[in-house]
Amino acid sequence: MNEQTPKERRIILKHADDPTYSNRISCYLREGGYEVLKKAFGMKPEEVGEEVLKSGVRGRGGAGFPAGMKWKFLDRKSGKPIYLICNADESEPGTFKDRQIMYKDPHQLIEGMMIAAYAIGAKQAFIYIRAEFHEGARILNQAITEAKENGYCGDNILGSEYSCDLVVHRGAGAYICGEETGLIESLEGKRPNPRIKPPYFPAVLGLYQCPTIVNNVETLCNVRHIIEMGGEEFSKIGKPNNTGTRIWCVSGQVMKPGYYEFECGALTMGQLIFDVCGGLLPGRSLKAVIPGGSSAKVLRADERFTGTLKDGSEFDWGLEDIPLDFDGPMAAGSMSGSGGIIVMDDTVDIVEAMANINAFYAHESCGQCTPCREGSLWMRKITQRMCSGGAREEDADLLLSVAKQIEGRTICAFGEAAAWPTQSFVTKFKDDFIKKASESSDDRNPQTLQLI
Amino acid sequence: MISPTKEELITINLNGLEVEVPNGMNAVEAAALHGHEVPHYCYHPKLSVAGNCRMCLVEMGTPMRDRATGEPILEEDGSPKIGWVPKPVIGCATNVSSGMHLRTESDLVSECREGIMEFLLVNHPLDCPICDQAGECRLQEFATDYGRGYSRYVERKNVKPKRTRLGPRVTLDDERCILCSRCIRFSQEVAKDDVLGFVDRGSFSTLTCFPGKELSNNYSLNTVDICPVGALTSTDFRFKMRVWFLKESKSICVESSAGCNTTVSSREGVIQRITPCRNDLVNDTWMTDSGREIYKTVRSEDRILRPSVKGEDQPLNETISSAVNILQENKIGLVASCHSTLEEQILTKKLADLTKAEIFLRGHFGEDDGILLSADRSPNLRGALVTGLIQEYPEDNLLALNDAITKGDVEVLLVMNEDLIKSGISEENLAKVKVVYIGTHSNSSSQNADIVLPGLSVFEKGGSFINRSFLLQSFELCIPGPVGLKSQAEVLSAIIAQLSNEECISTNLDSIWELVNSGQIDLLSSITYADLKVAPVQLDGSRWSQLNFVEKEALNYRPLAS
Ligand SMILES: Cc1cc2nc3c(=O)[nH]c(=O)nc-3n(C[C@H](O)[C@H](O)[C@H](O)COP(=O)(O)O)c2cc1C
Ligand code: SF4
Ligand code: SF4
Ligand code: SF4
Ligand code: FES
Repeated sequence: MNEQTPKERRIILKHADDPTYSNRISCYLREGGYEVLKKAFGMKPEEVGEEVLKSGVRGRGGAGFPAGMKWKFLDRKSGKPIYLICNADESEPGTFKDRQIMYKDPHQLIEGMMIAAYAIGAKQAFIYIRAEFHEGARILNQAITEAKENGYCGDNILGSEYSCDLVVHRGAGAYICGEETGLIESLEGKRPNPRIKPPYFPAVLGLYQCPTIVNNVETLCNVRHIIEMGGEEFSKIGKPNNTGTRIWCVSGQVMKPGYYEFECGALTMGQLIFDVCGGLLPGRSLKAVIPGGSSAKVLRADERFTGTLKDGSEFDWGLEDIPLDFDGPMAAGSMSGSGGIIVMDDTVDIVEAMANINAFYAHESCGQCTPCREGSLWMRKITQRMCSGGAREEDADLLLSVAKQIEGRTICAFGEAAAWPTQSFVTKFKDDFIKKASESSDDRNPQTLQLI
Repeated sequence: MISPTKEELITINLNGLEVEVPNGMNAVEAAALHGHEVPHYCYHPKLSVAGNCRMCLVEMGTPMRDRATGEPILEEDGSPKIGWVPKPVIGCATNVSSGMHLRTESDLVSECREGIMEFLLVNHPLDCPICDQAGECRLQEFATDYGRGYSRYVERKNVKPKRTRLGPRVTLDDERCILCSRCIRFSQEVAKDDVLGFVDRGSFSTLTCFPGKELSNNYSLNTVDICPVGALTSTDFRFKMRVWFLKESKSICVESSAGCNTTVSSREGVIQRITPCRNDLVNDTWMTDSGREIYKTVRSEDRILRPSVKGEDQPLNETISSAVNILQENKIGLVASCHSTLEEQILTKKLADLTKAEIFLRGHFGEDDGILLSADRSPNLRGALVTGLIQEYPEDNLLALNDAITKGDVEVLLVMNEDLIKSGISEENLAKVKVVYIGTHSNSSSQNADIVLPGLSVFEKGGSFINRSFLLQSFELCIPGPVGLKSQAEVLSAIIAQLSNEECISTNLDSIWELVNSGQIDLLSSITYADLKVAPVQLDGSRWSQLNFVEKEALNYRPLAS
């Protein structure tokens, strides 16, 4: 490993790979678990919220919205009950961090959630966990039972007047269940059809039409650490506007794929891929990287990214120079999203990669609104045909046009999630798409390539 | 249409022009008020907003305010600076507020509509030539108005079930469904029978009934009406008729005192279907399934088609003369009807006065569904009150008449519509009286009548009814009646004329209303039939508030406070 490569700083995943550590409460308590909860309960709820605001911590679920600010939007005037929901539906392709947390250190999440619930005044909290995480649900339920037995959750937490129940709800088995309003519908027992906003902003009209906060697993775990060290102190980790650590989930053609926790902005894309992850497979060269889960726009290895940062400084980056935090990938025209970094080398057929992503979005669209429902399937059909010998030169432009008709016109951000990959792949790798046409012959059945 | 109740008006900027609209109205309706169509599929004025079709995308901006001071930010010329939302917004979920700017006509909006139309059509079957909806299909209409005009789609289309039986009266073609969810929301919100839902995801989403359930409630056919495409079809109407051949007439449903406004569609004098017609005071945009079936009685086997005297067919004029002869006798009883039109009731009353007949009237009562099938199963019981035929609330029988016959107080009976045996007249008593029957269908009264004068069904004449809310509504002639027959009003007029040796009152409704306007019925004296044809008239029914009306609280109806 290169000498200058920054070391991991594990806060959230501190105990994740400690062989002496298990997901039982005894281990958690041994490492000082639930001490922060006691500290939080010694504060006023508003003070807890204030610390979170000061910390500047941004949501780890994808959009990167400051958590403290989100909590401030809560409608407290309505007098309705307030709910806290942990979004543990983690299904963005390329993302596998929340699973590590829940499987390996569930009490950290429970402690974070109880602090958050106390701060926002929620008496009922839910963990909405991805359907496929059978074992995760079991672990969480076991942990909740342990926490309840010890008075860290449920009735009269830590002997106080304050009670907050915590329920694990198994998801309905669809990517769209991770979109917060779809999640809320699903939690209410319905199809996870995302709601229109306005009027259904969760902080005002969320679960059962009551004010609701939805936060990602990693975000809620951070709350615990913010209260432990104080918002001020937390905000010194990372960079301004990009505070705390981030867990980067690296997949694709690198030597050591996996999850790596670093302070925000502590390293560049190049350092992550070539140093931390041990570089590419032998003899390969880098072709492209998707920096924030499959819905983030793809970045080309030989691209130059230029512009002005928020602080006024100019930048001129290659792919490897992009700093890994919230703002870096954003400045490069993409996003850090859920932290899922997908690396593609020169053996990847870009059109096939596109077809694969399109197949995912066509499969996962809830089907509620016209542009996403029809557009995602149409794009899948086009790219599937292109990969099956039926590509036409005009397909590249058609794909772009279809994607444009989706973006910004849908009920939820799935529309963008489906459109951005196409827009970036086709624009940046247009030659690959055009070339497909010349390789095509019509003797293959377009239905044969089954992607998912 | 009925004007909306007075609301606070605000000024918005619509496509560059300042216009006034009610505060909080959604952008689709607000634009429509000023002649700008915002095409839409999932939005329905009487259902919750789903916002899923995205056809109503428009551009929206609001006056900007300074974050710190809250003061409006102004342009250089002093006009408010408008913060345009960077993405198009859906009009159906955008409620107007003062100073809002809307663009329903712009390049971006056209582009959005073109895109949505293309998406809706890529997996849509090319069924128009055989599709019931063709001719009244929103997809066809908006495709021509806002579509691109050519297809860029070369892939295979999705395949879905083509003829699913959702219930006894509704058949679904899933391929045509644009997944707007109107039918689902209707079932939940209006019919209160949550049986429909989507299964599967994305473009493969398919409408279906929940397991073990079917769409069989008495409002199921409304889903067919509100389906913007040919997905939900009426099993009765399916493949029967191209809609552009249909003549549409406005009518009133006679099933109950709800008085649903309807559109009767006929071709060459034959009714093909009945659908609801919007009236926000009465039925919104709905009606019962059972009410739609009523047209079938027009051509039913038991329809009386010829005047007759003692079972022998006779020309109409001679039959009327025979009736006049009998009615000159003494001890006449007159069975009036709450199924008669107001005009017929006015004439019935006049005839009763002329012959000094005692008036009897039967109510027809059933279960109230709390929506649009009221407990009073007649269209015009309130008419009988208003015209003075009755003072008391009637029973659901004619036992008083039976007693009168037994006592020998009634020897001759003129019966409008009612079935005497079914109303409690004993066979023995029925045999004692001479009966003149005026009605459309054969029953125990007509079978035992000395004289039978056929009448016209509600579809074959004009007139008016007073519904449960004391709303006086007129209906028009939809189809011609059977050859040679005259309306009940004309028959009654002719009898009155002969009995009083006067000229026939008239055959047209306007002149019956002149009779009304001559002051005989104070509640109606200021109303003309011409007015009534334009808009319904709300009558003040408070003088009857002590009566025990059978109707329960329901859609657009609250019982009179007594
Ligand atoms: C299509 C779609 C899928 C999403 N899936 C997830 C998910 O699996 N997990 C998650 O935490 N957030 C997901 N989100 C983001 C959530 O809507 C929401 O923004 C997030 O849970 C808020 O938490 P945060 O503020 O802590 O990031 C998804 C968003 C969209 C549009
Ligand atoms: S954008 Fe896609 S996923 Fe989101 S509501 Fe619309 S159809 Fe469903
Ligand atoms: S629903 Fe409309 S567009 Fe579709 S087949 Fe029927 S008539 Fe044609
Ligand atoms: S069947 Fe008709 S009303 Fe129902 S969702 Fe489909 S298109 Fe809409
Ligand atoms: S009418 Fe369908 S989204 Fe507005």
